[in-house]
Amino acid sequence: MNNRYLYCFNGIVKREVLRFFQQRSRLLSALVRPLLWLVVFAAGFRAALGVSIMEPYGTYITYQQYITPGLCCMIILFNGMQSSLSMVYDREMGSMKVLLMSPLPRPFLLCCKLIASALLSLLQVVIFLLFAQLVDVDIPLMGYVSSIPAIFLIAFFLGALGLMLSNLIKQLENFAGVMNFVIFPMFFLSSALYPLWKMQEASLWLYWLCQFNPFTSCVELLRFALYGQMNLTALTTVIVATTIASFFALMSFKPLHGRK
Amino acid sequence: MSIVTKELTFYYGRKAAVNGLDLNITNGFNVLLGPNGAGKSTLFSMLTGLYQAASGYIKINGYDYKHDKSNIMQSMGVVFQQSTLDLDLSVEQNLTYYAALHGISSSQALDNISEILTQLQLTTRLDDKVRSLNGGHRRRVEIARALIHQPKVLLLDEATVGLDIDSRKMITEYVGKLSQELGICVLWATHLIDEISAEDQLIIIDEGKIQAQGISGELCNKHNVADVYQLYRSLTANAELT
Repeated sequence: MNNRYLYCFNGIVKREVLRFFQQRSRLLSALVRPLLWLVVFAAGFRAALGVSIMEPYGTYITYQQYITPGLCCMIILFNGMQSSLSMVYDREMGSMKVLLMSPLPRPFLLCCKLIASALLSLLQVVIFLLFAQLVDVDIPLMGYVSSIPAIFLIAFFLGALGLMLSNLIKQLENFAGVMNFVIFPMFFLSSALYPLWKMQEASLWLYWLCQFNPFTSCVELLRFALYGQMNLTALTTVIVATTIASFFALMSFKPLHGRK
Repeated sequence: MSIVTKELTFYYGRKAAVNGLDLNITNGFNVLLGPNGAGKSTLFSMLTGLYQAASGYIKINGYDYKHDKSNIMQSMGVVFQQSTLDLDLSVEQNLTYYAALHGISSSQALDNISEILTQLQLTTRLDDKVRSLNGGHRRRVEIARALIHQPKVLLLDEATVGLDIDSRKMITEYVGKLSQELGICVLWATHLIDEISAEDQLIIIDEGKIQAQGISGELCNKHNVADVYQLYRSLTANAELT
């Protein structure tokens, strides 16, 4: 890589990291939110929701164990959207102009932003998994390593999705509304909290919605990766979704055209 | 060092904000004067590549956006009307972030503008958070930042709006001096008439078109008016006075 590109990449990552650690409440809420789900919600529902033997688990597992990959994806989803929120903030504050004034190609700049956001997601997920060990969520040591590429890909996808949304939204206030229409449906219409066969028993059309939700593939990709296994269908779906989201994210950052 | 536009047009809906604008400026301090809504900021957004013209073209130092966008960005420094600094980062972090976006290392960046930082009295403020700086200091940081990659063209869009008289004076004088010392082309957009001297290259814009261009003093003589204020009044419809 040309030195110019390397300096630029380092600069963008450094800024995102600096901003992240300056917003301590963001780090705290990123950890507290999934831990609440893991410790409180899962404790209440573990009796009601039994999880039978299923892939990739070789045996019966606790409900905490089941929802851990979903909660990791929730962290990534929130971080991706938060990062997009910062893009809306940057645009309102004008600092987006500074980024777009760089002589380096716009797709490269936006990729750097996405990679920086993905690195922050990775950091948060690893910290969460370490805490999760304390409530008897058993992740094999190799799972930490094998899940890194999956976390990175998922973070890139959700970041690109957020980036695409951020450009469709003109004000911070509107973004908060869209968060509710994106984050919650994506999360609840997935296999993050319940296996899809349970959803199928309850409602067939909801089951199909969950099946078509790319977030389900993210959760399943990570679920398998945490146990050193590959879910090829989920991987393919996430790669396709990432390509589409990245394309539209990049397209949405073209200069405003002054046609009549 | 030059900025050339030919029949440049930009519409917001059906309204032409910039309407067949022909501009040709070279080295030195060039003032773009016009009332609010005259098309100054739209022109700046097109010159900086943030907006794309409906028709016409822009050439900066001979480069056009279609083929040489990277070269244009490399040779252009910009101070936007609205502050674009990251308030939660320090002065140095803001400067080095901008340098990184131009592919310049942190040490090289600070070397490039060490003298400018001294002249702008920013050397002792490098570690301060931008949030703790007053408006005048923030503008100085933005000017230093715009010069970090040693541009040949410097665009400033109403850079002194909201500042006190001393800060405005300091900044206008400093940028005027820079244009001479560095031999760069400065385009200074303003609606503040007191920032213009008789020797400045003046471009008066209104309704998206150039109404007059030339040395400020000579333009006044040509139009038989006593000062820039009267010249401005005579050439612009609905001019807001400052």
